[in-house]
Amino acid sequence: MRTMMELDQSCSVLREYGSEQSLISKPDGSSTFVQGDTSILAGVYGPAEVKVSKEIYDRATVEVLIQPKMGLPGVRERAREQCVRETCEAALLLTLHPRSSVTVILQVIHDDGSLLSCCLNAACMALMDAGLPMNHLFCSVTCAISKEGQIITDPTARQEKESRALLTFAIDSVERNVLMSSTTGSFSVQELQQCIAISQKASEQIFQFYRDSVKRRYSKIK
Amino acid sequence: MAAGFKTAEPLEYHRSFLKENCRPDGRELGEFRPTTLNISSIATADGSALVKIGNTTVICGIKAELTTPPNDAPNKGYIVPNVDLPPLCSSRFRPGPPGEQAQAASQFIADVIESSHLINTEELCIEKAKLCWVLYCDIMCLDYDGNLLDACVVVLLAALKNAQLPQVTINKETDLAEVDIQKKRPLKINRHPVGSSFAVFDDSIIIVDPTAEEESLSTALLTVVTDEDDRLCAIHKPGGTSLSGEKLQHCINRAITRNKEISKLVDKVIKSMKTAK
Repeated sequence: MRTMMELDQSCSVLREYGSEQSLISKPDGSSTFVQGDTSILAGVYGPAEVKVSKEIYDRATVEVLIQPKMGLPGVRERAREQCVRETCEAALLLTLHPRSSVTVILQVIHDDGSLLSCCLNAACMALMDAGLPMNHLFCSVTCAISKEGQIITDPTARQEKESRALLTFAIDSVERNVLMSSTTGSFSVQELQQCIAISQKASEQIFQFYRDSVKRRYSKIK
Repeated sequence: MAAGFKTAEPLEYHRSFLKENCRPDGRELGEFRPTTLNISSIATADGSALVKIGNTTVICGIKAELTTPPNDAPNKGYIVPNVDLPPLCSSRFRPGPPGEQAQAASQFIADVIESSHLINTEELCIEKAKLCWVLYCDIMCLDYDGNLLDACVVVLLAALKNAQLPQVTINKETDLAEVDIQKKRPLKINRHPVGSSFAVFDDSIIIVDPTAEEESLSTALLTVVTDEDDRLCAIHKPGGTSLSGEKLQHCINRAITRNKEISKLVDKVIKSMKTAK
């Protein structure tokens, strides 16, 4: 089932985005998330067995693997994995599955900017598809600050390269607070506050999309 | 009796202190642990520094080597940071390839170097497309008691300020590099980024400079890196529970104050080295 939405608001313009769920059979949950030309395929296995060395007595262990389009995962992927893992750990109700593992695997199909955002959105849709209990949903927005000081949301790879700062935020669905923040480049405190406000506004669109896609999916089931 | 309570219910033990606005080691919520800095600790390195924030001990050694510049930037050199968390520093790290925490820390330090424009990589180039310096910055933790990222940023800054590179000329006839060990010049440091780490407890209480125990019990961790012009170089919050805008602003203000304290410390130590010579 495919859902596509095109949005055109003056303040927070996101590229055309879309998602598809339950497309691969083996993982418990899977999804793709496409933002413009950036595309990520996510698969979730869980709750499943965990190695004794990694098990936690009262919670599930979350593991995230990000496979780049070419080559083996490197240090950059590890840093992104840490961001995705800790965001998922806060969202999932881990205490319901002690001594189990939840594995999220993200495969980069194409990278045209806003990669970490697309990874987080794909992970959230895959966790929803797997039916894992969560206490809130999350979505992610990337803001780029150009050399002239203009703020661009959901930048392409070219826009990212030409920017002087890149800020990625994960927003939660209940209170619209910042769950995760990853930034490169230098910026002032005012620019930070502006980017957070813009990201929170843009997250409304993505949460509405989550709601609509789940509604559409389950309205067909008797 | 307190020791028994601490082992059985560590979270409740910490909460009972936080209710009184203090912490088990006697600090206030907004107090950093005593920070000490030592430079030129490693005689065989081109620059080195050792920092202790409370019990957390981190050492950095800088080695400069010659290589050809990258193809896509022939007028620039390289600066390669690497953070190592050996099994020595804590029982949670096992021997073998670097774990996620070490790799994420290395990526964080590389991002801070680039975001803050700490040094101009153009300065590391000796001759365009032919020869440049590559600075290997090896940061190793000797004792892990929380707040690794702050210590890494400070130790890297101090080691780079301490680093001396020999003069290199290219002999026009033989086309080989000639290194003059006697003539050494320091690196030009543009900015002084300083990090401050915070831990969030129970979604509402923010404590500064968490120890390893506090980190493991916290619900979220945040690191703010500012430079001397009060510009933000990094807001690193890898996940965890959400943080409201005003709490984030409060953390940024604390980070700005910390920047001034650490800059003074680094300058004092560098000056004392010069007068000792």
